[in-house]
Amino acid sequence: MTLPDPSFLLIQSLSGLTYAMFLFLIASGLSLIFGILRVLNFAHGSFYMVGAYLTYQFVSYFINSPAHFWWAVLFASVSTALIGGFIERLFLSRLYIREELNQLLFTYALVLILGDFAKIIWGTGQLSIPRPAILKGAVKILGQYFPEYNIFIIFLGLGIAFFFWIILKRTRWGRIIRAAALDREMLGALGINVRWLFTIVFTIGAWLAGLGGALVAPIAAIVPGMDVEIIINVFIVVVIGGLGSFWGTLLGALVLGQVISFGILVLPRLAIVFIYVLMTVVLIIRPWGLLGKPSQR
Amino acid sequence: MIIILLLAVLPLSESRFYIFLGTDILIMGLFAISLNLLLGYTGLVSFGQAAYFGIGAYTCALLMKKASVAFPFAFVAAAVAGALGALIIGFFCIRLTKIYFSMLTLAFSQIVWAIVFKWNSLTGGDTGLIGINFPEHLDSSTRFYYFTLGVVVASLFIIRKMVDSPFGRILTTIRENPERTEFIGVDVKLFQLLAFMISGAFAGISGALFGIFNHSLFPDLLYWPMSAEVLIMAILGGMYSFFGPLVGAAVILYLRMLVTSYTQYWPLIMGTILALLLFFFPGGIMGFLRSQRPFNRGDR
Repeated sequence: MTLPDPSFLLIQSLSGLTYAMFLFLIASGLSLIFGILRVLNFAHGSFYMVGAYLTYQFVSYFINSPAHFWWAVLFASVSTALIGGFIERLFLSRLYIREELNQLLFTYALVLILGDFAKIIWGTGQLSIPRPAILKGAVKILGQYFPEYNIFIIFLGLGIAFFFWIILKRTRWGRIIRAAALDREMLGALGINVRWLFTIVFTIGAWLAGLGGALVAPIAAIVPGMDVEIIINVFIVVVIGGLGSFWGTLLGALVLGQVISFGILVLPRLAIVFIYVLMTVVLIIRPWGLLGKPSQR
Repeated sequence: MIIILLLAVLPLSESRFYIFLGTDILIMGLFAISLNLLLGYTGLVSFGQAAYFGIGAYTCALLMKKASVAFPFAFVAAAVAGALGALIIGFFCIRLTKIYFSMLTLAFSQIVWAIVFKWNSLTGGDTGLIGINFPEHLDSSTRFYYFTLGVVVASLFIIRKMVDSPFGRILTTIRENPERTEFIGVDVKLFQLLAFMISGAFAGISGALFGIFNHSLFPDLLYWPMSAEVLIMAILGGMYSFFGPLVGAAVILYLRMLVTSYTQYWPLIMGTILALLLFFFPGGIMGFLRSQRPFNRGDR
């Protein structure tokens, strides 16, 4: 086998990086929710799907505004966050006293319900929106073209990772969230309203998923089934990196992004098998993930 | 007993609809009860049960179609393959607990799915394996219905004897408290692995029946929503009742048959039922019926 052109390899790894950023956005929300609420949210992929469909909807509302895409991203992600917050407050919060299986199944019920709502409202066809005007072009890298929008996503993803890390490490809110991950009863005893904290964390998690969906809308087909497809990849990311671990999620997303991007080139047949083997091996050797900590419970 | 008699005379109704539905319910009911051996009896939330169902289905169908193996041998091979698959997968899974256990069962079943999906030359990949005929002497839906009924009743009889035996009691003890079970000198991992294999064998049997019943197989059969569906059947019916999962399968399949003739939005209905169930009937249908009985005899 001859070695491929280095510029081609670079472009390939950059598109893997772009996909990794989407995975990171969604997986960090899932990981945050699991870290604090101890709920594995199956509906996280559905929030991503809702974010993408709502972006399509808002783009057609604001079509006359020059920055319609950015308004749509804002409104779609915030609406998704609110939907998530309401669901947590009204339904999920009532199931915390039950076995974990009940919460898991409730989020699965949400997958079924939200998936069909999307079909009822937007149909089963494939929808798409154009890329925002100012990022329509492509940049020449080593003689190959790479879309500006993807570069924007890479920087935005890294920016959001850094921003959240600062919040978690340096602010009072971050300290409360980290404390909740360790011992929520103690936190409640110290006078923090844990019920509200859970709602807020779930809302932020849903916002991240909605944002991921909103930003993916211009470069991916908006179709029913995108929820089920992404959630399994996001599970792989958090399992590889470590459920509840911030840097682990980033690492997991980067690994999976590259594996998908190159695996399809090198061994198209085995790439998909390899992804699951990777997840399995990590679970067998380090069930708490590459960068996670063994759970105290 | 009365139910078995009713099921035995069902084909006399001469309704193809009821024979079809009856066969479907029996197969999925056996599948759900095989899962419940892990879920309700041993306390292991397996999220990859579709793997053994699929392994059984493909083993039986491929042996009959590609290797021209006689049906009885292919059928037994499906049970063995299901048990072997469960032995290999279970060996790794039982080392983990709680959510990590469920995740690993999911990961393994996805590996099996990916292999079936991509191995075009053997399994037909995405186009599926079609043209699986009824075996000799079972060449009508009524005959196949009776065969399924026989297999399912025999399987349930064996599983029932097993869970009522000391072996089954140990599984329940493990469910209630694995650590204390370890303290009284029981090799918890060994029993969990045995439960895994038995569950895999019966899932394999139900898969083999399913393949012949549908005359075709697709990789979707092994994809994770299938594992979720059978989990829901078990929980809807009641995971702490022996026949609960069968009842759950019957309710879901009957409702699906009804609903899909009116609307395509079956998942919406199913999701709503599931959510209502979680809030109002946490014990499932059988759990609810039992709580309504004035004298709770406490039998499972």
